[in-house]
Amino acid sequence: MNDRGTILASIQEALKKPSVKQDIYKAEDNISELIKQVMPPVGESFDERLALFRKNAQELKAEFYAVNSTDEVVQTILKIKDAEQWKSVATHPNELTESICNRIGLPILKLTAGYDITEFEKCSASITVCDCLVAQTGSVVVSSASTGGRAISVLPPHHIVIAKKEQLAPTMSDAIALVRKKYNGNFPSMVSFITGPSRTGDIERILVLGAHGPKRLTIFLF
Amino acid sequence: MNAIALEFKKNAVRTVKDLQRRQLVKTALGNFEIARNDKVARFQDWQKARYVAAKLKWEALENLHANIQRLEENLKKNGAIVHWAATAEEARRIVSAIAKEKNARLIVKSKAMTAEEIHLNEALEKEGYEVVETDLGEFIVQLRREPPYHIVFPAMHLTRYEISDLFAQKLGSQPTDKAEELTMIARRVLREKYIKADIGITGANFAVADCGVISITENEGNARLTAALPKVMITLIGIEKVIPKLEDLALFLPMLATAGAAQLISGYNTFYSGPRKNGETDGPQEYHVILLDNGRTELLADPIERDALRCIRCGACLNVCPIYRTIGGHSYGTTYCGPIGAVITPIMRGIEDWQQLSYASSLCGACAEICPVKIILHHHLLKNRKIAATKKPVWWQKIGFKIFSKISTCPTLWSIITKCGRLLQKLHPLVKGSRLDPAYAWTKERDLPPIAPQTFKEWWRSKK
Amino acid sequence: MKVTLFIPCYIDLFYPQVGISIVKIFERLGIEVEALESPACCGQPAYNTGYHDETKEAAIKLMEQLKDAEAVVIPSGSCGAMVKVFYPELFEGTEYEILSKEVSSKCYEFTAFLVNRLGVTDLKATFPHKITFHDGCHGLRELNNKLPPRVLLSKVKGLELIEMKEAETCCGFGGTFSAKFPIISTAMGETKCASALETGAEFIVSCDSSCIMHLQGLITRQNKNIKTIHIAEILAQQ
Repeated sequence: MNDRGTILASIQEALKKPSVKQDIYKAEDNISELIKQVMPPVGESFDERLALFRKNAQELKAEFYAVNSTDEVVQTILKIKDAEQWKSVATHPNELTESICNRIGLPILKLTAGYDITEFEKCSASITVCDCLVAQTGSVVVSSASTGGRAISVLPPHHIVIAKKEQLAPTMSDAIALVRKKYNGNFPSMVSFITGPSRTGDIERILVLGAHGPKRLTIFLF
Repeated sequence: MNAIALEFKKNAVRTVKDLQRRQLVKTALGNFEIARNDKVARFQDWQKARYVAAKLKWEALENLHANIQRLEENLKKNGAIVHWAATAEEARRIVSAIAKEKNARLIVKSKAMTAEEIHLNEALEKEGYEVVETDLGEFIVQLRREPPYHIVFPAMHLTRYEISDLFAQKLGSQPTDKAEELTMIARRVLREKYIKADIGITGANFAVADCGVISITENEGNARLTAALPKVMITLIGIEKVIPKLEDLALFLPMLATAGAAQLISGYNTFYSGPRKNGETDGPQEYHVILLDNGRTELLADPIERDALRCIRCGACLNVCPIYRTIGGHSYGTTYCGPIGAVITPIMRGIEDWQQLSYASSLCGACAEICPVKIILHHHLLKNRKIAATKKPVWWQKIGFKIFSKISTCPTLWSIITKCGRLLQKLHPLVKGSRLDPAYAWTKERDLPPIAPQTFKEWWRSKK
Repeated sequence: MKVTLFIPCYIDLFYPQVGISIVKIFERLGIEVEALESPACCGQPAYNTGYHDETKEAAIKLMEQLKDAEAVVIPSGSCGAMVKVFYPELFEGTEYEILSKEVSSKCYEFTAFLVNRLGVTDLKATFPHKITFHDGCHGLRELNNKLPPRVLLSKVKGLELIEMKEAETCCGFGGTFSAKFPIISTAMGETKCASALETGAEFIVSCDSSCIMHLQGLITRQNKNIKTIHIAEILAQQ
């Protein structure tokens, strides 16, 4: 028998003996309802959730701007560009990010299959859209399908995310439901919940940002 | 006592005496505890969350036979290649065959306890591959040629200064006492490795059956890069990590981060379903998932011990364990240290060799109190002790307990022993604390109280 | 009401004043007390080492002695947990299953009995000292007994309770663990003593004489400037 057969047979054999009863909820429990009851509260209104997202994201050292227009996004990015002395910017094929990038006045690397990794590695920042934001945790959800692949959100030192108001999901459950619905039957090869810039505490538990990935994560919501 | 047990005692004693390192670990874990309690308090009902998480994991195990096949089917649909490894040897063979087929030279790895468990690095290095750990803590302990000290914080036993010396010696960097500068040194070294690597190997935290998705939790982004740049990606995952539904992660991911890292959510929680798809920009051309048994079905076969398979490897039980805090992670001599290691290692690797881990506990239960999936770890230690005493009783202990039982159930004998004890203890000062002392294990470092001139029972009889 | 008192072996031999204090407290409350003559031990050392058969002789004898008892009081969270939590596990599926559950249901740790069963919180005791309280792990986690001792101590005249850092951390006694791994056990004890000393208290108070035996052993050997005392001895002081 191959290992697959061996393992499946062992599992089947093992489970013939019923588990010793645990103090565990009953079969009729409504799990999604229970999850809602136990997880951190998210409030009722959009404003409450926006405030919660801001608090959670900032606590994990992400920078968050709720703005009224893409003009404001561009203005703020221009300031960051000067402060950080950007050389070039990476983005992905997307109307919104491309229109923003075009107004920055720097070389743009638009990532498509077969991009040059050396060029990409030199980019000062990346600008992407997202699948959604999560108020409950302050997370940004990106995917390989709709936000430019796997590396764009993790290789450059500064990741900038452009999100729309209607993309703010209240809870983790809502975000996962959204992902499932959006990609039903055709799951992207990667979906990532990003919360704050890359971080480590591996040396004496001292927080250091930019362990491997972005040192800064900036989120715009308009 | 067997060699492994002797080694355990020796290492434990050495760490106990290393007061500085113990203080470092204690301070780190003490601060951790404060941050964790703050995150726990944000849940509407953490205790109920533990019940729900325990139930979900318990059900997932009850239905593992169906779940794991569903996982396989869906991973395949997503284009992944699924392998099954009943043993560590088979898992190593599979990885090695892939590396060989791809003509690989450089392999980058993100943190994977499963890889530690099967000693993958040593095997690959022996075959001539360069294997680089990319998690900062793992990178540090790899440079020291030592196993992780903790399943979540691999290098928590080291000071900045030690790490600076290590980097200076191995990487030729300038000495520094800044954690940030040290991190940046590692970042520069590793950046290059990701780009040049032929294969990326990861562990995983959950495998979701209904979408065919592998979920990986991290903070550094090293697993993200390991999964993004090399042409081939391999995930090595224990079969107990399979859960039925993606929706369950809405609970598990925040609980894992809270219990294990004192964060409401970790920096990156990423679902991988397969290789790069049509229309995607980057990502590996091949995605291999290796489902590892290596003793897990042994645990599953025991209706009581199977609880331990609910473990999500958050490390919370290590953090609160006063034994772990005292003897440190390396003393255990096994991949999984702390309470969870003391529970599962004797069952997975043999009770004869590993029972000392189950005995080296005061059974205080701090571990069970914090476990996010409600594994009553210290009761499992008791069960392991029963298995050990049944399978391989220590004759003098067995006789000792028999005799004590006879004495304690017979009032006359008890009263005689009391009187004898009183007489004998007059001689005790002659041998107290020396090797001749029958109570040496106690009196070497502690005093023993004298038997009272009138015991309670004697008082009670005289009163009546 | 009549109380059946089970005095564990080490209290009988080393700390008889704990049992005597309890008898006095019950007499003062007008409660009839009967102390068990035998067995002397609940069987926990054998049980915790994995020798279940060797545990059963003492356990069965104890359960039979307690069969007709109205309420059973044990001045120890550890031995209390043995009878209350582990006897039913030990005898599950045997002819003693029902008896073990019956005995379990009427068994109380001493302070839990006073507060939870009798509703007594003020014993009119006086103890003009600064103290810190050590929770025995079995009392704390198996019996969920965090509050009763604190409620009782809060009513003692002149007593000031200063909680120590990591009050809920094990002292390192752990039964046979203390002899099997003495170095780990005493290292944990030293950590505990250090937390207690930091409070500036004169006494470490506990519901468990076993923890006290371990801590006092270290204190005496190392000449530390703190004493230990069982809660019953404080509550009996007038």
